Amino acid sequence: MTDQQVDEIIGALLRYGVLLSASVVGAGGVWYLLQYGFAPPGYHVFRGEPEYLRHLGGIVSGIPGFHCRRMIQLGIVLLIATPVARVAFSVAAFTLQRDRTYVVITLIVLAVLLFSLGGRA
Amino acid sequence: MNVLELTALVGLVSVAAGCLGALTGLGGGVVITPAMVLLLGIDLHYAMGAALVSVIATSSGAASAYVREGFSNIRIGMFLEIATTIGAVCGAFAAAKISPSILGILFGVVLLHSAWITTRGRPAPRPGEHADSLAARLRLNGSFPTPEGPRSYNVSHVKTGFSLMFVAGAVSGLLGIGSGALKVVAMDRAMRIPFKVSTTTSNFMIGVTAAASAGIYLNRGYIDPGLTMPVVLGVLGGSMLGARLLPGAPTTTLRRVFALVVGALAVEMIYSAVTGKL
Repeated sequence: MTDQQVDEIIGALLRYGVLLSASVVGAGGVWYLLQYGFAPPGYHVFRGEPEYLRHLGGIVSGIPGFHCRRMIQLGIVLLIATPVARVAFSVAAFTLQRDRTYVVITLIVLAVLLFSLGGRA
Repeated sequence: MNVLELTALVGLVSVAAGCLGALTGLGGGVVITPAMVLLLGIDLHYAMGAALVSVIATSSGAASAYVREGFSNIRIGMFLEIATTIGAVCGAFAAAKISPSILGILFGVVLLHSAWITTRGRPAPRPGEHADSLAARLRLNGSFPTPEGPRSYNVSHVKTGFSLMFVAGAVSGLLGIGSGALKVVAMDRAMRIPFKVSTTTSNFMIGVTAAASAGIYLNRGYIDPGLTMPVVLGVLGGSMLGARLLPGAPTTTLRRVFALVVGALAVEMIYSAVTGKL
Protein backbone atom coordinates (compact mmCIF):
# COMPACT_ATOMS: atom_id res chain seq x y z
CA MET A 1 0.00 0.00 0.00
CA THR A 2 1.51 3.37 -1.02
CA ASP A 3 1.36 6.57 1.04
CA GLN A 4 -0.93 8.04 -1.63
CA GLN A 5 -3.46 5.21 -1.23
CA VAL A 6 -3.29 5.51 2.57
CA ASP A 7 -4.07 9.24 2.23
CA GLU A 8 -7.05 8.48 -0.01
CA ILE A 9 -8.54 5.98 2.43
CA ILE A 10 -7.97 8.23 5.45
CA GLY A 11 -9.66 11.09 3.58
CA ALA A 12 -12.70 8.93 2.79
CA LEU A 13 -12.85 7.55 6.34
CA LEU A 14 -12.92 11.06 7.84
CA ARG A 15 -15.48 12.36 5.34
CA TYR A 16 -17.96 9.51 5.77
CA GLY A 17 -17.45 9.44 9.53
CA VAL A 18 -18.41 13.12 9.81
CA LEU A 19 -21.30 12.69 7.37
CA LEU A 20 -22.74 9.71 9.24
CA SER A 21 -22.43 11.27 12.69
CA ALA A 22 -23.84 14.63 11.53
CA SER A 23 -26.86 12.78 10.06
CA VAL A 24 -27.50 10.92 13.32
CA VAL A 25 -27.10 14.14 15.36
CA GLY A 26 -29.40 15.99 12.92
CA ALA A 27 -32.13 13.33 12.99
CA GLY A 28 -31.94 13.12 16.78
CA GLY A 29 -32.01 16.92 16.93
CA VAL A 30 -35.26 17.21 14.97
CA TRP A 31 -36.82 14.59 17.23
CA TYR A 32 -35.53 16.44 20.32
CA LEU A 33 -36.95 19.81 19.21
CA LEU A 34 -40.33 18.26 18.39
CA GLN A 35 -40.47 16.71 21.83
CA TYR A 36 -38.85 19.36 24.06
CA GLY A 37 -38.89 22.52 21.90
CA PHE A 38 -41.12 24.47 24.27
CA ALA A 39 -39.56 23.34 27.54
CA PRO A 40 -37.31 25.76 29.46
CA PRO A 41 -33.57 25.10 28.94
CA GLY A 42 -31.33 24.62 31.99
CA TYR A 43 -27.74 25.40 31.06
CA HIS A 44 -27.03 28.31 33.42
CA VAL A 45 -25.88 26.02 36.20
CA PHE A 46 -23.68 22.98 35.68
CA ARG A 47 -25.28 19.79 36.96
CA GLY A 48 -23.60 17.26 34.67
CA GLU A 49 -25.31 14.76 32.41
CA PRO A 50 -27.23 11.77 33.82
CA GLU A 51 -25.19 8.59 34.19
CA TYR A 52 -26.61 6.84 31.09
CA LEU A 53 -25.43 9.67 28.79
CA ARG A 54 -21.83 9.46 29.98
CA HIS A 55 -20.61 6.26 28.32
CA LEU A 56 -21.26 4.19 25.23
CA GLY A 57 -22.84 1.31 27.17
CA GLY A 58 -25.48 3.57 28.67
CA ILE A 59 -26.15 5.37 25.39
CA VAL A 60 -26.82 2.26 23.28
CA SER A 61 -28.32 -0.09 25.88
CA GLY A 62 -31.93 -0.10 27.00
CA ILE A 63 -33.66 0.06 23.60
CA PRO A 64 -37.12 0.43 25.22
CA GLY A 65 -36.03 3.74 26.72
CA PHE A 66 -34.30 4.85 23.51
CA HIS A 67 -35.10 8.52 23.06
CA CYS A 68 -33.93 11.62 21.24
CA ARG A 69 -31.22 12.72 23.68
CA ARG A 70 -29.70 9.26 23.48
CA MET A 71 -29.80 9.38 19.69
CA ILE A 72 -27.94 12.74 19.54
CA GLN A 73 -25.41 11.43 22.05
CA LEU A 74 -24.90 8.34 19.85
CA GLY A 75 -24.12 10.64 16.89
CA ILE A 76 -21.63 12.54 19.08
CA VAL A 77 -19.93 9.29 20.11
CA LEU A 78 -19.71 8.31 16.41
CA LEU A 79 -18.06 11.68 15.76
CA ILE A 80 -15.53 11.14 18.58
CA ALA A 81 -14.88 7.65 17.17
CA THR A 82 -14.05 8.99 13.69
CA PRO A 83 -10.48 10.17 14.45
CA VAL A 84 -10.00 7.05 16.61
CA ALA A 85 -10.92 4.90 13.58
CA ARG A 86 -8.46 6.93 11.52
CA VAL A 87 -5.65 6.11 13.98
CA ALA A 88 -6.69 2.42 14.10
CA PHE A 89 -6.58 2.29 10.29
CA SER A 90 -3.10 3.88 10.35
CA VAL A 91 -1.87 1.02 12.58
CA ALA A 92 -2.99 -1.44 9.88
CA ALA A 93 -1.53 0.66 7.06
CA PHE A 94 1.89 1.02 8.71
CA THR A 95 1.85 -2.74 9.45
CA LEU A 96 1.27 -3.46 5.75
CA GLN A 97 4.11 -1.09 4.88
CA ARG A 98 6.33 -2.93 7.41
CA ASP A 99 7.16 0.40 9.04
CA ARG A 100 7.82 -0.83 12.57
CA THR A 101 8.70 2.55 14.10
CA TYR A 102 5.37 3.99 13.01
CA VAL A 103 3.39 0.93 14.05
CA VAL A 104 4.70 1.53 17.59
CA ILE A 105 4.09 5.31 17.43
CA THR A 106 0.54 4.81 16.16
CA LEU A 107 -0.19 2.13 18.79
CA ILE A 108 0.85 4.57 21.55
CA VAL A 109 -1.58 7.19 20.21
CA LEU A 110 -4.35 4.58 19.93
CA ALA A 111 -3.69 3.42 23.51
CA VAL A 112 -4.01 6.98 24.85
CA LEU A 113 -7.29 7.45 22.94
CA LEU A 114 -8.74 4.16 24.17
CA PHE A 115 -7.68 4.99 27.73
CA SER A 116 -9.57 8.29 27.49
CA LEU A 117 -12.69 6.75 25.95
CA GLY A 118 -12.78 3.68 28.18
CA GLY A 119 -11.80 5.29 31.50
CA ARG A 120 -14.40 6.09 34.12
CA ALA A 121 -13.06 9.39 35.31
CA MET B 1 -36.59 31.63 26.40
CA ASN B 2 -37.50 28.05 25.52
CA VAL B 3 -35.36 25.21 24.10
CA LEU B 4 -36.34 26.02 20.50
CA GLU B 5 -35.28 29.68 20.78
CA LEU B 6 -32.03 28.84 22.57
CA THR B 7 -31.21 26.17 19.95
CA ALA B 8 -31.78 28.70 17.15
CA LEU B 9 -29.58 31.33 18.86
CA VAL B 10 -26.77 28.86 19.59
CA GLY B 11 -27.05 27.57 16.01
CA LEU B 12 -26.73 31.09 14.55
CA VAL B 13 -23.69 31.93 16.71
CA SER B 14 -22.14 28.60 15.66
CA VAL B 15 -22.72 29.21 11.93
CA ALA B 16 -21.08 32.64 12.25
CA ALA B 17 -18.11 31.22 14.19
CA GLY B 18 -17.64 28.31 11.78
CA CYS B 19 -17.82 30.62 8.76
CA LEU B 20 -15.34 33.16 10.17
CA GLY B 21 -13.10 30.33 11.35
CA ALA B 22 -12.89 28.86 7.86
CA LEU B 23 -12.37 32.28 6.23
CA THR B 24 -9.54 33.28 8.56
CA GLY B 25 -8.02 29.82 8.87
CA LEU B 26 -8.19 29.91 12.64
CA GLY B 27 -11.03 27.48 13.31
CA GLY B 28 -14.24 28.59 14.99
CA GLY B 29 -13.96 26.52 18.16
CA VAL B 30 -12.08 29.16 20.07
CA VAL B 31 -14.86 31.79 19.81
CA ILE B 32 -17.84 29.48 20.40
CA THR B 33 -17.23 28.95 24.11
CA PRO B 34 -16.81 32.61 25.12
CA ALA B 35 -19.76 33.57 22.89
CA MET B 36 -22.02 31.01 24.58
CA VAL B 37 -20.81 31.89 28.08
CA LEU B 38 -20.80 35.68 27.72
CA LEU B 39 -23.77 36.25 25.39
CA LEU B 40 -26.10 33.41 26.34
CA GLY B 41 -25.15 32.81 29.98
CA ILE B 42 -24.43 29.11 29.47
CA ASP B 43 -22.28 27.36 32.07
CA LEU B 44 -18.59 27.17 31.11
CA HIS B 45 -18.38 23.36 31.33
CA TYR B 46 -21.37 22.73 29.03
CA ALA B 47 -20.00 25.30 26.57
CA MET B 48 -16.54 23.67 26.60
CA GLY B 49 -18.06 20.22 25.99
CA ALA B 50 -20.14 21.37 23.02
CA ALA B 51 -17.25 23.36 21.48
CA LEU B 52 -14.83 20.45 21.82
CA VAL B 53 -17.18 18.14 19.88
CA SER B 54 -17.61 20.76 17.14
CA VAL B 55 -13.82 20.99 16.86
CA ILE B 56 -13.67 17.26 16.01
CA ALA B 57 -16.29 17.75 13.30
CA THR B 58 -14.62 20.68 11.53
CA SER B 59 -11.12 19.27 11.84
CA SER B 60 -12.11 15.89 10.41
CA GLY B 61 -14.19 17.49 7.65
CA ALA B 62 -11.38 19.81 6.53
CA ALA B 63 -8.62 17.22 7.01
CA SER B 64 -10.35 14.81 4.62
CA ALA B 65 -9.76 17.29 1.79
CA TYR B 66 -6.20 18.32 2.75
CA VAL B 67 -4.99 14.74 3.19
CA ARG B 68 -6.03 13.85 -0.34
CA GLU B 69 -4.38 16.97 -1.77
CA GLY B 70 -1.09 15.80 -0.25
CA PHE B 71 -0.36 18.81 1.97
CA SER B 72 -0.62 17.20 5.40
CA ASN B 73 2.33 15.11 6.52
CA ILE B 74 0.80 12.06 8.19
CA ARG B 75 4.10 10.93 9.77
CA ILE B 76 4.73 14.32 11.41
CA GLY B 77 1.10 14.36 12.54
CA MET B 78 1.16 10.87 13.99
CA PHE B 79 4.48 11.36 15.81
CA LEU B 80 3.41 14.67 17.36
CA GLU B 81 0.01 13.23 18.30
CA ILE B 82 1.77 11.21 21.02
CA ALA B 83 2.53 14.54 22.70
CA THR B 84 -0.82 16.22 21.98
CA THR B 85 -3.00 13.29 23.11
CA ILE B 86 -1.09 12.75 26.37
CA GLY B 87 -1.21 16.51 26.93
CA ALA B 88 -4.94 16.54 26.19
CA VAL B 89 -5.70 13.76 28.69
CA CYS B 90 -3.69 15.62 31.39
CA GLY B 91 -5.47 18.88 30.51
CA ALA B 92 -8.93 17.28 30.58
CA PHE B 93 -8.27 15.76 34.02
CA ALA B 94 -6.96 19.10 35.28
CA ALA B 95 -10.02 20.96 33.93
CA ALA B 96 -12.18 19.36 36.63
CA LYS B 97 -9.80 20.42 39.41
CA ILE B 98 -9.35 24.05 38.39
CA SER B 99 -11.90 26.72 39.34
CA PRO B 100 -13.95 28.32 36.52
CA SER B 101 -12.42 31.74 37.18
CA ILE B 102 -8.87 30.45 36.61
CA LEU B 103 -10.07 28.63 33.48
CA GLY B 104 -11.70 31.87 32.31
CA ILE B 105 -8.48 33.87 32.72
CA LEU B 106 -6.50 31.19 30.89
CA PHE B 107 -9.13 31.20 28.15
CA GLY B 108 -8.75 34.96 27.80
CA VAL B 109 -4.97 34.67 27.46
CA VAL B 110 -5.31 31.98 24.76
CA LEU B 111 -7.85 34.18 22.93
CA LEU B 112 -5.44 37.14 23.01
CA HIS B 113 -2.72 34.91 21.56
CA SER B 114 -5.09 33.78 18.78
CA ALA B 115 -6.01 37.39 17.98
CA TRP B 116 -2.35 38.32 17.76
CA ILE B 117 -1.55 35.33 15.50
CA THR B 118 -4.48 36.22 13.21
CA THR B 119 -3.29 39.76 12.56
CA ARG B 120 0.27 38.69 11.89
CA GLY B 121 -0.83 36.58 8.96
CA ARG B 122 1.37 34.30 6.96
CA PRO B 123 5.12 34.47 7.68
CA ALA B 124 7.65 34.80 4.86
CA PRO B 125 9.26 31.50 3.81
CA ARG B 126 12.70 30.98 5.31
CA PRO B 127 15.70 29.37 3.64
CA GLY B 128 15.76 25.61 4.24
CA GLU B 129 17.71 24.50 7.28
CA HIS B 130 19.54 21.27 7.90
CA ALA B 131 17.22 18.65 9.34
CA ASP B 132 18.15 17.18 12.69
CA SER B 133 19.09 13.51 12.90
CA LEU B 134 15.90 12.58 14.79
CA ALA B 135 13.79 13.95 11.92
CA ALA B 136 15.72 11.79 9.46
CA ARG B 137 15.43 8.69 11.65
CA LEU B 138 11.67 9.22 12.03
CA ARG B 139 11.33 10.03 8.31
CA LEU B 140 9.55 13.30 9.05
CA ASN B 141 11.03 15.15 6.07
CA GLY B 142 8.62 15.28 3.16
CA SER B 143 7.40 17.21 0.16
CA PHE B 144 4.26 19.05 -0.88
CA PRO B 145 2.69 19.92 -4.23
CA THR B 146 3.32 23.37 -5.78
CA PRO B 147 2.43 24.64 -9.28
CA GLU B 148 6.09 23.97 -10.25
CA GLY B 149 5.98 20.35 -9.02
CA PRO B 150 6.65 18.79 -5.58
CA ARG B 151 8.92 20.76 -3.22
CA SER B 152 10.75 18.91 -0.48
CA TYR B 153 11.44 20.24 3.03
CA ASN B 154 13.42 19.31 6.11
CA VAL B 155 12.23 19.33 9.70
CA SER B 156 14.28 20.97 12.50
CA HIS B 157 14.15 21.03 16.32
CA VAL B 158 12.03 17.90 16.70
CA LYS B 159 12.38 17.78 20.51
CA THR B 160 11.34 21.41 20.99
CA GLY B 161 8.36 20.91 18.70
CA PHE B 162 7.35 17.75 20.56
CA SER B 163 7.44 19.56 23.93
CA LEU B 164 5.42 22.49 22.57
CA MET B 165 2.86 20.00 21.26
CA PHE B 166 2.40 18.62 24.76
CA VAL B 167 1.54 22.15 25.91
CA ALA B 168 -0.84 22.61 22.94
CA GLY B 169 -2.56 19.33 23.83
CA ALA B 170 -2.87 20.29 27.51
CA VAL B 171 -4.43 23.67 26.61
CA SER B 172 -6.82 21.87 24.26
CA GLY B 173 -7.95 19.45 26.98
CA LEU B 174 -8.10 22.17 29.62
CA LEU B 175 -10.29 24.58 27.64
CA GLY B 176 -12.12 22.37 25.14
CA ILE B 177 -10.60 24.01 22.06
CA GLY B 178 -8.53 22.73 19.12
CA SER B 179 -5.56 25.00 19.97
CA GLY B 180 -4.67 25.11 16.29
CA ALA B 181 -2.84 28.44 16.72
CA LEU B 182 -0.41 26.88 19.23
CA LYS B 183 0.13 23.82 17.03
CA VAL B 184 0.98 25.98 14.02
CA VAL B 185 3.44 27.98 16.16
CA ALA B 186 5.18 24.75 17.21
CA MET B 187 5.45 23.42 13.66
CA ASP B 188 6.01 26.64 11.76
CA ARG B 189 8.26 28.52 14.21
CA ALA B 190 10.11 25.75 16.05
CA MET B 191 10.25 22.88 13.58
CA ARG B 192 10.54 25.11 10.49
CA ILE B 193 7.90 23.21 8.57
CA PRO B 194 6.45 25.11 5.53
CA PHE B 195 3.37 27.16 6.48
CA LYS B 196 0.86 25.30 4.31
CA VAL B 197 2.10 21.93 5.61
CA SER B 198 1.99 23.24 9.22
CA THR B 199 -1.58 24.49 8.98
CA THR B 200 -2.98 21.42 7.23
CA THR B 201 -1.11 18.95 9.44
CA SER B 202 -2.24 20.92 12.51
CA ASN B 203 -5.82 20.62 11.29
CA PHE B 204 -5.32 16.90 10.78
CA MET B 205 -4.04 16.54 14.36
CA ILE B 206 -6.76 18.61 16.01
CA GLY B 207 -9.41 15.88 15.61
CA VAL B 208 -7.29 13.24 17.34
CA THR B 209 -6.21 15.66 20.09
CA ALA B 210 -9.83 16.68 20.73
CA ALA B 211 -10.99 13.04 20.70
CA ALA B 212 -8.46 12.32 23.48
CA SER B 213 -10.12 14.90 25.77
CA ALA B 214 -13.67 14.21 24.54
CA GLY B 215 -13.79 10.76 26.16
CA ILE B 216 -13.01 12.34 29.53
CA TYR B 217 -15.45 15.23 28.97
CA LEU B 218 -18.17 12.68 28.14
CA ASN B 219 -17.46 10.71 31.32
CA ARG B 220 -17.58 13.89 33.38
CA GLY B 221 -20.98 14.83 31.96
CA TYR B 222 -19.78 18.01 30.15
CA ILE B 223 -21.32 16.96 26.83
CA ASP B 224 -25.04 17.76 26.72
CA PRO B 225 -26.80 16.41 23.61
CA GLY B 226 -29.39 19.20 23.40
CA LEU B 227 -26.76 21.95 23.47
CA THR B 228 -24.05 20.17 21.45
CA MET B 229 -26.44 19.41 18.56
CA PRO B 230 -26.86 23.02 17.29
CA VAL B 231 -23.17 23.78 17.94
CA VAL B 232 -21.86 20.82 15.92
CA LEU B 233 -24.29 21.24 13.03
CA GLY B 234 -23.92 25.04 13.04
CA VAL B 235 -20.11 25.11 13.07
CA LEU B 236 -19.96 22.37 10.42
CA GLY B 237 -22.42 24.20 8.16
CA GLY B 238 -20.72 27.54 8.80
CA SER B 239 -17.27 26.22 7.94
CA MET B 240 -18.55 24.67 4.69
CA LEU B 241 -20.12 28.03 3.83
CA GLY B 242 -16.84 29.78 4.70
CA ALA B 243 -14.84 27.45 2.46
CA ARG B 244 -17.24 28.27 -0.43
CA LEU B 245 -16.88 32.04 0.14
CA LEU B 246 -13.11 31.88 0.60
CA PRO B 247 -11.93 32.38 -3.05
CA GLY B 248 -13.50 35.85 -3.39
CA ALA B 249 -13.33 36.97 0.23
CA PRO B 250 -11.32 40.01 1.44
CA THR B 251 -9.26 37.86 3.82
CA THR B 252 -6.99 40.64 5.15
CA THR B 253 -9.98 42.74 6.26
CA LEU B 254 -11.70 39.65 7.65
CA ARG B 255 -8.62 38.72 9.66
CA ARG B 256 -8.58 42.20 11.22
CA VAL B 257 -12.29 42.02 12.05
CA PHE B 258 -11.89 38.53 13.47
CA ALA B 259 -8.90 39.60 15.55
CA LEU B 260 -10.94 42.48 16.99
CA VAL B 261 -13.85 40.16 17.87
CA VAL B 262 -11.51 37.63 19.46
CA GLY B 263 -9.66 40.39 21.34
CA ALA B 264 -12.93 41.82 22.68
CA LEU B 265 -14.08 38.35 23.79
CA ALA B 266 -10.72 37.86 25.52
CA VAL B 267 -11.04 41.08 27.54
CA GLU B 268 -14.67 40.31 28.44
CA MET B 269 -13.75 36.74 29.42
CA ILE B 270 -10.92 37.89 31.71
CA TYR B 271 -13.15 40.62 33.19
CA SER B 272 -15.95 38.11 33.92
CA ALA B 273 -13.46 35.69 35.44
CA VAL B 274 -11.84 38.28 37.70
CA THR B 275 -15.19 39.64 38.90
CA GLY B 276 -16.33 36.08 39.67
CA LYS B 277 -19.17 35.91 37.16
CA LEU B 278 -18.13 32.57 35.59
